[in-house]
Amino acid sequence: MPDRKNAPQIIDAVDMHLELKPYESYTLDNGVEVYAFNGGEEEVLMVELVFFAGNWYEEKNIVAATTNFMLKNGTKKKNAFALNEHFEFYGAYLNRHCYNETATITLHCLSKHLSELLPVTAEIITDSVFPEQELNIYKQNQKQRLEINLKKCDFIANRLIDEYIYGFHHPYGRYTSTLDYEALQKEELEAFYKQYYTQGKCIIFAAGKLPADIVPQLNKAFGQLPFQQNNLSDIQFNPAPAELLKYNILNDPEGVQGAIRIAQPFPNRHHPDFSKMQVLNNIFGGYFGSRLMSNIREDKGYTYGIHSHLQNHVHTSALVVSTEAGRDVCEATIAEVYKEMAILRNEPVEEEELALVRNYMIGSLIGDLDGPFHIIARWKNYILNGVTDEYFYNSINTVKNISAEELRELARKYLNPEQFYELLVV
Amino acid sequence: MIEYDRFVLDNGLRVLVHQDHSTPMAVVNIMYDVGARDENPEKTGFAHLFEHLMFGGSIHIPDYDEPLQRAGGENNAYTTNDLTNYYCQLPAENIETAFWLESDRMLSLAFGEKSLSVQKKVVIEEFKEHYLNKPYGDVWHKMRELAYKVHPYRWMTIGKELSHVENANIDDVKAFFWKHYRPVNAILVVAGAVKPDDIKRLAEKWFGDIPMGEKYHRHLPVEPKQTEARRSEVYAKVPVDAFIKTWHMDARLEKGYYVADLITEILGGGASSRLYESLVKEKQLFSALDVHHWGSTDKGLLAIEGRLVNGITLEAAEQAVEEELEKIQSITVNESELQKVKNKTESMIAFEDMSVMNRAASLATYELLGDAQLMNTELGKYQEITVGDIQQYCKEIFRSSNSNTLFYHAQK
Repeated sequence: MPDRKNAPQIIDAVDMHLELKPYESYTLDNGVEVYAFNGGEEEVLMVELVFFAGNWYEEKNIVAATTNFMLKNGTKKKNAFALNEHFEFYGAYLNRHCYNETATITLHCLSKHLSELLPVTAEIITDSVFPEQELNIYKQNQKQRLEINLKKCDFIANRLIDEYIYGFHHPYGRYTSTLDYEALQKEELEAFYKQYYTQGKCIIFAAGKLPADIVPQLNKAFGQLPFQQNNLSDIQFNPAPAELLKYNILNDPEGVQGAIRIAQPFPNRHHPDFSKMQVLNNIFGGYFGSRLMSNIREDKGYTYGIHSHLQNHVHTSALVVSTEAGRDVCEATIAEVYKEMAILRNEPVEEEELALVRNYMIGSLIGDLDGPFHIIARWKNYILNGVTDEYFYNSINTVKNISAEELRELARKYLNPEQFYELLVV
Repeated sequence: MIEYDRFVLDNGLRVLVHQDHSTPMAVVNIMYDVGARDENPEKTGFAHLFEHLMFGGSIHIPDYDEPLQRAGGENNAYTTNDLTNYYCQLPAENIETAFWLESDRMLSLAFGEKSLSVQKKVVIEEFKEHYLNKPYGDVWHKMRELAYKVHPYRWMTIGKELSHVENANIDDVKAFFWKHYRPVNAILVVAGAVKPDDIKRLAEKWFGDIPMGEKYHRHLPVEPKQTEARRSEVYAKVPVDAFIKTWHMDARLEKGYYVADLITEILGGGASSRLYESLVKEKQLFSALDVHHWGSTDKGLLAIEGRLVNGITLEAAEQAVEEELEKIQSITVNESELQKVKNKTESMIAFEDMSVMNRAASLATYELLGDAQLMNTELGKYQEITVGDIQQYCKEIFRSSNSNTLFYHAQK
């Protein structure tokens, strides 16, 4: 009979060896930087082209996201169907995403098909057209999607809280109305495309089972394209946070739940408090065993889940608590969130809990570095945020060494209810 | 090719070990042979509620999550209509912690009243969040009730209604545990930076002395063959009309399953699929369209569902769908179209198998279906399918008498 009462011996994750394996880097003929990580068991790979073409650079709402979306909707030689057919025939996925600063085109495929797929990916960057008909379908379908989303309290809450923190005129705080879709013009997309894709700034990330000739292949497909690597204008936006802190919105009179967001601005990852705050955030609401989850879900049953996180923005960030709770317990939930802040301000975290959080954070970091796609994703995040692997090792040191007293000081600085926006959408 | 070792403990617990030393992590995955289909029709949603209770303390260990997190681990679980699966990932050095935790909750739960009362509330909020407080959240409740008259697939995993969850009591919890959560009804898969000899020793040590329990033999009512088309209409406060239509298809291990999987891809997998091209792009009848099937163990449903463009009637949308289905029955798909969906399947499997966690869950799923080796032979079953198979099976399932149609009207 094994000893079931006492936990088996463990090795503290904080004592385990942790390494962020290095990438290899190359420069294509036209100056495009390539960051590559070769590895993995399966015969698959990904190639991601990152353009500085996010909504940071648009002059009119939703132009950046629409341009990015429309990239698979026709080139001079292929219509939308033919483009999609080409990638799908090889079992490949060509996805595109638009973020705040950047927009991406990402290819996932079996390694053996890469050479069939790169030339058409390049065609999308140089020869895309924006057919009126496709644009109209997009507008109509997006408007409808928006109408449906506007019925959801969580969707409304996510939009509004960002507006309060950053202001509507900041790219992080802006959102879309059906009128914005209607106002889109084909010519605006063409101009944005030319400036920020065809002649824009591009960085390439590649990972997985890469063929031996990956660099010549990438050079052949993308190394001769007319990118202008230094052409990026230095646009700055200053957040304009709302003055009023507390909001109560009724979106659906018959709603059975309310979406709660409690948030305050926070500096970006270059600030010395950022990685410390990640530890405090973990304790507060960052994982399943957090204070917020233990109290509000596991003890009171007010919600299916409650979380806090630091937004992953380049320029400036925010600390956000979010949950959907039963309509009759929303006020009680909000009160408990503030109570948990007070406890963190007033009482030092016990060593036992702190040790657990340290091990948990390191353990999930080890898990998160599993496989080539995860490794390159971390590198991509670092490179786009202008930090190096020094940031990685410093963050680990913070997790390992931050003291209960430092955490309490941090809580006193950042977890004060009067600094938070509070929003309830039913 | 996914390699694994397999052995069975004296108490019937099946153990599979899959080595991957490219990662420093280990995954411990336990699958129990019980899902929502095994529930009492008056107490639906119970298998899923029970999954929550598995984290509420076991006989010797008051809290499951804390020691695992201390060991650098993370975990989660899910329940489907067919099965319940628990998995955790932690640094391989600390794998014994997972054995300690998982074996103790298989030995016996603590059956605390507090855990039950809190988790009932949590699950009720989950129910609201996903199915009540969302536009179209009840579509599949309605469709299941339309398509199934006797088989327990007629209710959702989350349960038929809130009251079933509200009324669950501790005696139900105990009975369910002793009936379904015994070693003889479970499969343990360990994957990652581990050695089979070590796992064998640990499995014997931690699980070996748990009483076997009784093998659960499932005697579910068989859904009689549907003989006439069924239709239903709903009016709800949603912005646009939605259309959903389903057809009964083969069970997971029958040949028709694989054919239906490819048919699903041909009709609706991706932006070059038939329905997307014709109904979203060309005719502009749907603003969003999805073709999928359940992947369920027993005979499940293939579904076409979508939201209509403003001004399009549900009748017109349905007619256009039927025209496409008529076409795939009367004109053989060409070889390159079939090759495309086979290539997609090959690629999908390769990407799924990238993560150790997925490999562990897949091995458990196939073992539960009857043979873990299926994981390595499934692609071959897809490769064998011919254009003739596609045509024949389309004719078989897309009969009107095999269909269930739901018009979901926007109440103006």
